[in-house]
Amino acid sequence: MTMPKSENNMQQNIQPAIEARSDQIDAAYMKNVHPEGWKNPKPAGVYNLVVIGAGPAGLVAARGAAALGAKVALIERGAIGGDCLNVGCVPSKTLIRTARTYADMRAARNYGAQDPGVIDVDFQMAMERIRSIRARISKSDSIKRLSEEGIDVYLGAARFSGPTSVVVDNQTLHFKKALIATGARPMIPDVAGLNDAGYLTNETVFDLTELPRRLLVVGGGPLGCELAQAFCRLGSQVTIVQDEAMFLPGEERDAAQLLSGSLARDGIEIRLNTTFESARREGTSKIASLRSVDYASTIECDAILVGVGRAPNVDNLNLEAAGVRYDSAEGISVNDFLQTTNNRIYAAGDVCLEHKFTHTADASARIALQNALFLGRKRLSSLTIPWCTYTDPEIAHVGMYVREATAKGIAINTITILMHDVDRAITDGEEEGFVKIHLRSGTDQILGATMVARHAGEMINDVTLAIERGLGLRALSKVIHAYPTQAEAFKKAADAYNRTRLTTTLKFLSKRWLAWSRGHL
Amino acid sequence: MKNLEPSDEDLLERFQRAAFNYFMEHANDENGLVADKSTQGAPASIAAVGFGLSGYPIGVERGWLTRDAAAKRTLATLQFFWNSEQSEDPFATGYKGFFYHFLDMKSGKRVWQSELSMIDTALLLAGILVVGTYFDQDGANEREIRHLADAIYARVDWQWARGGQATLRQGWKPEAGFLHYGWEGYSEAIILYVLGLASPSHPITDDCYEGWTSTYQWENIYGQEFLYAGPLFIHHFSHAWIDFAEIQDPFMREKNCDYFENTRRATFVQQEYARRNPYGYEGYGENCWGFSAGEGPGYKNIRIGSKTRQFFGYTARGVPFGPDDGTICPSAMLSSLPFAPDITLAALRHLSSHYPQVIANHALPSGFNPTFQSIDPTGLVTEGRLGLDQGITLLMIENFRSGLIWKLMRQCPTIANGLSRAGFAGGWLK
Repeated sequence: MTMPKSENNMQQNIQPAIEARSDQIDAAYMKNVHPEGWKNPKPAGVYNLVVIGAGPAGLVAARGAAALGAKVALIERGAIGGDCLNVGCVPSKTLIRTARTYADMRAARNYGAQDPGVIDVDFQMAMERIRSIRARISKSDSIKRLSEEGIDVYLGAARFSGPTSVVVDNQTLHFKKALIATGARPMIPDVAGLNDAGYLTNETVFDLTELPRRLLVVGGGPLGCELAQAFCRLGSQVTIVQDEAMFLPGEERDAAQLLSGSLARDGIEIRLNTTFESARREGTSKIASLRSVDYASTIECDAILVGVGRAPNVDNLNLEAAGVRYDSAEGISVNDFLQTTNNRIYAAGDVCLEHKFTHTADASARIALQNALFLGRKRLSSLTIPWCTYTDPEIAHVGMYVREATAKGIAINTITILMHDVDRAITDGEEEGFVKIHLRSGTDQILGATMVARHAGEMINDVTLAIERGLGLRALSKVIHAYPTQAEAFKKAADAYNRTRLTTTLKFLSKRWLAWSRGHL
Repeated sequence: MKNLEPSDEDLLERFQRAAFNYFMEHANDENGLVADKSTQGAPASIAAVGFGLSGYPIGVERGWLTRDAAAKRTLATLQFFWNSEQSEDPFATGYKGFFYHFLDMKSGKRVWQSELSMIDTALLLAGILVVGTYFDQDGANEREIRHLADAIYARVDWQWARGGQATLRQGWKPEAGFLHYGWEGYSEAIILYVLGLASPSHPITDDCYEGWTSTYQWENIYGQEFLYAGPLFIHHFSHAWIDFAEIQDPFMREKNCDYFENTRRATFVQQEYARRNPYGYEGYGENCWGFSAGEGPGYKNIRIGSKTRQFFGYTARGVPFGPDDGTICPSAMLSSLPFAPDITLAALRHLSSHYPQVIANHALPSGFNPTFQSIDPTGLVTEGRLGLDQGITLLMIENFRSGLIWKLMRQCPTIANGLSRAGFAGGWLK
């Protein structure tokens, strides 16, 4: 927002104080995630569990094991918290919230509020908020707290020295069991000139100090879409380029179509079927050369954000010495119990899973921990894994897609509820989207669900619970949903299903009974 | 056909005749090519030619064209498509038996660097099969029509059009090879697969159709259970030629439904969406619906009241998931006549009484948008008329009135054979 002049003066006066506070925030954050001068402990004997990687999977496993009395070592070469806290979910969702606020301000009249007029985006304030929130959340997993919980935290790069030992900071740690949870990193496409032209990834984009006026996002996956929309709403002119024919190719077509329309309304240009062929610098600009079938074009931009996927962190671990099989693209090979080819060593999270989400890392770590330390036989395949793309509207999914069910020979009936029929979505001006619940044909068994809604990420949990616990859609109809909430869509879906069970015969019998009861009861 | 009021019969006659006239006014008599659009300089669309060919027998039966004149136009068309260049040359008319989507009205050569279009070739071939079946007399012209119809159809290399994949590709360009836009789910392509399966020379295999139908989604929307597709043209195009009532493929057998009934339900979903009108567009209501591919007010974002409205140019509009910009496609509404006559006739009467500008001379425009009109009083009706809109209107009114095209295609062994190979059975296929 444009400030009055006096407020601008005040802003100038308090600038040093802001910078000082910013330094304090950064110092506090670093103290939590990678304190300067940290002295690694001396290993004492054999560890029950050595965990490599202090991201979501590693933290869950290390804390769980320590709480149960295990002697645990946790090794991290970067920042405690992994991608999620430092360069992933936490900073991106924080930025998305700021961007959504600006979008709502621009749409104020849509909500019956006065148009605030010209809106000036303060990008530095947005980035400051990211740092502040990251520092705050980092407290709960701080190195100090982990140590207090009885975990030996080692900072440094880990290398296996044998099937039961790992070296960090010139010290050898011996283990009974180990868990590899080293995560993944952004994949960089092999594009001529890209290195020289320069590019951003999720690991660097949150370090920006200035909003790029023109941003080219390479890759139309979830991360690309989320950040493209956020930057667009903050004021960047954004183009998404992807070589796939379909936007969000893994998602249901209607969901992708709705999001595509929403991004277009925000002002994002989406180029499908387009290959990013080369990049070069020209003055302060970057020039990207693109090709779509038989049409070549260039885009001039100020920044290129790469979001074409993630590669597992398997390098430099000397996995060969431990007898752990891996593939640089697919990651560490694990069986359904998350055991690697060395039966003392397990893996969890992005380094071995197809679904690279924080919550999947967490769930897989719990399985690996139980299997590793307590002779468990928990299976990865038993998990019901939801996921969400945090655009506006959000797209969330759990269970099977229809195409997956069809491929298995399972016939599907889908119950669809439009958000424009849900009262709370209407009152909130958030009626774009739908809830689709995929049922096994002829039954109320929920095999999957896809939803597009502003809060789809919150709503998907109802269905995940139902699938996990084996609850049918009729059972959901018996759950009283608070009114008005957007989750009432599930009740509507259950009601729609129940109406399909009202056969002609049932309707006839019901009508006869009611006619009879009018005269006799 | 249901019993109509004389006024309804008269109304349908006027709209159908106006649609038929498009093919008289916007075709090149020398080669039979039909303009994609009525605007000056528009190229020919091969799909519009397919509709035009199908329309000539209607013209003959309705007394709008003599059989001899219709046969001459038809023969000129078939001779052009048989003799035009088939090669990898970027300015040829076709390749491997398929044809480019858009052709120069005079030379018949490829324009706009358009794609060799599988679906548009199928719509052309459907028209060719109609005339090959209708012109069954002994005269030289009619004999040659039948001969050329068989030859053009047999020349198509459907196997090649798979491009080594499980299902048919959607296009090919000499500059880039096969194109695939990633279309999934139910579409207008049944006719494409039926023709590909029945080919006497280069048929696709049965699993190809199964591969395509595996992307279907059966949904319950607004209380209607149906095979979902958003735009109405998807529910109409194959039906212009094939009577799907009471015949079922494996998917429909499992759902205890058929594609005719499916289109009826899709029509009611369209009506219900317009009645609910979730985004508050002007004019929508139980008698004002019809969302399909077509022209619109153009690509622009305009603030109207408290909302910023996004308008589109030519796009495939659909419900309930969109895109929707307040544009009604009147030909899509009218083409629903065979499936949901009561609500279609009511909508037609509403259109006639409330929007006289839209139905000037009963020639339907591609679209009209009362919301856009609220900010631009001259902007209600989109510019020009589209050959596809006129064609589907012409054929569907006829199917409703006499069932002529459906009857002809039931007699066509190619259609019955293709349907059987796709797994259809029952009804008139018995």
